[in-house]
Amino acid sequence: MSFYETMTRLEQLPYRALWSRYTAEDVKRALRAEQVDEEGLMALLSPAAEPYLEEMAQKAHRLTRTHFGHVMQLFTPMYLADYCVNHCTYCSFSSIYDFPRKKLTLEQVAREAETIAATGLRHILILTGESRRDSPAGYVRDCVNVLRRYFSSVSIEVNPLSTAEYAELRDAGVDGLTLYQEVYHQETYRALHVKGPKRVYRNRLDAPERGCEAGFRSVNIGALLGMYEWRQEALATALHARYLQDKYPECEIGLSVPRFRPYLGEFNPASDVTDRALVQIILAYRLFLPRSGLSLSTREPAALRDHLVQLGITKMSAGVSTEVGGHSLEGGTPQFEISDNRSVDEIAVMLRLRGLEPVFKDWDILSEPAGLA
Amino acid sequence: MQDPLTIGGVTLTSRLFIGTGKYSRNTLIPEVIARSGSQVITVALRRVDPESKDNIVSHIPSHMTLLPNTSGARTAEEAVRIARLARSAGLGNWVKIEVINDQKYLLPDNMETIRATEILAAEGFVVLPYMSPDLSAALRLKAAGAAAVMPLGAPIGSNRGLQTKELIRILISETDMPVIVDAGIGRPSEAAEAMEMGAAAVLLNTAIATAKDPLLMAEAFCEAVSAGRKAFLAGLGPVEETAAASSPLTGFLA
Repeated sequence: MSFYETMTRLEQLPYRALWSRYTAEDVKRALRAEQVDEEGLMALLSPAAEPYLEEMAQKAHRLTRTHFGHVMQLFTPMYLADYCVNHCTYCSFSSIYDFPRKKLTLEQVAREAETIAATGLRHILILTGESRRDSPAGYVRDCVNVLRRYFSSVSIEVNPLSTAEYAELRDAGVDGLTLYQEVYHQETYRALHVKGPKRVYRNRLDAPERGCEAGFRSVNIGALLGMYEWRQEALATALHARYLQDKYPECEIGLSVPRFRPYLGEFNPASDVTDRALVQIILAYRLFLPRSGLSLSTREPAALRDHLVQLGITKMSAGVSTEVGGHSLEGGTPQFEISDNRSVDEIAVMLRLRGLEPVFKDWDILSEPAGLA
Repeated sequence: MQDPLTIGGVTLTSRLFIGTGKYSRNTLIPEVIARSGSQVITVALRRVDPESKDNIVSHIPSHMTLLPNTSGARTAEEAVRIARLARSAGLGNWVKIEVINDQKYLLPDNMETIRATEILAAEGFVVLPYMSPDLSAALRLKAAGAAAVMPLGAPIGSNRGLQTKELIRILISETDMPVIVDAGIGRPSEAAEAMEMGAAAVLLNTAIATAKDPLLMAEAFCEAVSAGRKAFLAGLGPVEETAAASSPLTGFLA
């Protein structure tokens, strides 16, 4: 059994007719439910829920404060290498673009880490392009060995690996895995991933499950919103999260809501995800999975992020650069343009003004004082 | 009224233990402590960052007994490691064992908790294990060296009250160590009820931290715990199925 079987079932649903079938009563029922089921989730994602965004927001806010309190965990991504063998039609790291590629040496990793750690952040998400030659699992492991001197926890966002490779990285101290399916709709997935190993849909879809099997403490998934019809993509993401949470109760399953952003190329997404749609997705995720972490990146503009922090978000990135070595080196190529350029301090001030306490450290598996077994 | 509670050699006059998580600002913590009258405060080691400008421990007055917890641990080994880190970081030798394997409901793993308790009690820690209220597990925790047991009233953060009341009642009646009701208590009346049942203390966080006015709620819990304890000591009157007439009809037979 894999989530692929659920995906196969989902793709056979007559969505056009289905979404319009939901009524205000279905939405109200989902809002009253103690535990929202698949039908309720669909109602919350349907057009019928659009007039109920405020009710959904009130409940999402209450659930978030009950389960997570008035705190917001902060983290930042750190780009290690931008070598990539894939041609994905929406990414600046695509192999078709000609720009000077970079890969940090271990000394540069230390310098980058020192710069980031000075902001107070203790959680880091490390990223690479997909190149088994230039940034294999062994390179990531060596970088983690450097990073553990500076951070309390390290998560990875790299190309899908085998269970054994994930286990090796877990043993090196990696806590969490982030892996976006990008597009759940199979036909669109094939069209957007023109060349390279990333074309293999199933390898990517099953990778979060391999991460759970390998024993990561947290696994974070998401669809790159805007690449296909957002209601279907959000439905697939939420059901994928529920599938993983049911099967691996020891693993913390989180969701992200990245929206498509400008990059080096000309691709324009098929589906325009408006701010209202993004809010509906976040609220539906929160009501369906009340205890799951929800992450918000700097892809979203500052003003919108400031409002979204009250609607179910529990983790957000701060002080972000999407270039390799962007915190301590000059002249990189960003993977995509960010929208919120504020520093970690500025984000912390914004959170406090909204009655939220920024949390810089929320786990500690890496630091090991001398003399302790 | 003198009614101290002694745990691990520390004598407490307040039976309300509180937490440090979920507050909208860490600077609320000292005010909550003052208004609640609490003398024991639990802090998740996962959030302690000695290098931070805003280290959570720096907000806790020195007269408090720190109860570092192993929140985030999923195995006995992780809990043991966290407890040792806490002690080496100067947070004392009390520890609340929290081993949670289930990220959906956040229910404790009693088996792993017993293993961690055995190891840490042998190392001289004052161990207070958070547990599902199960009598066999409580007795094993006692044998393992626990200083008290901390059964849940309802899942963490749920504010659902004493859903496990009957099981807690059994623990209170069948064990001779302090039973501290932890997790689930959402209302002062529920804290009072736990104390009326004979709980030695209650620990709560969400109910105060997420109240509209946390300081007033801290005060309400202080009074409720005190009232519940007094009621327990006073001995509650028996509950009768039918009314007991004050002028019995058969009195003339006496």
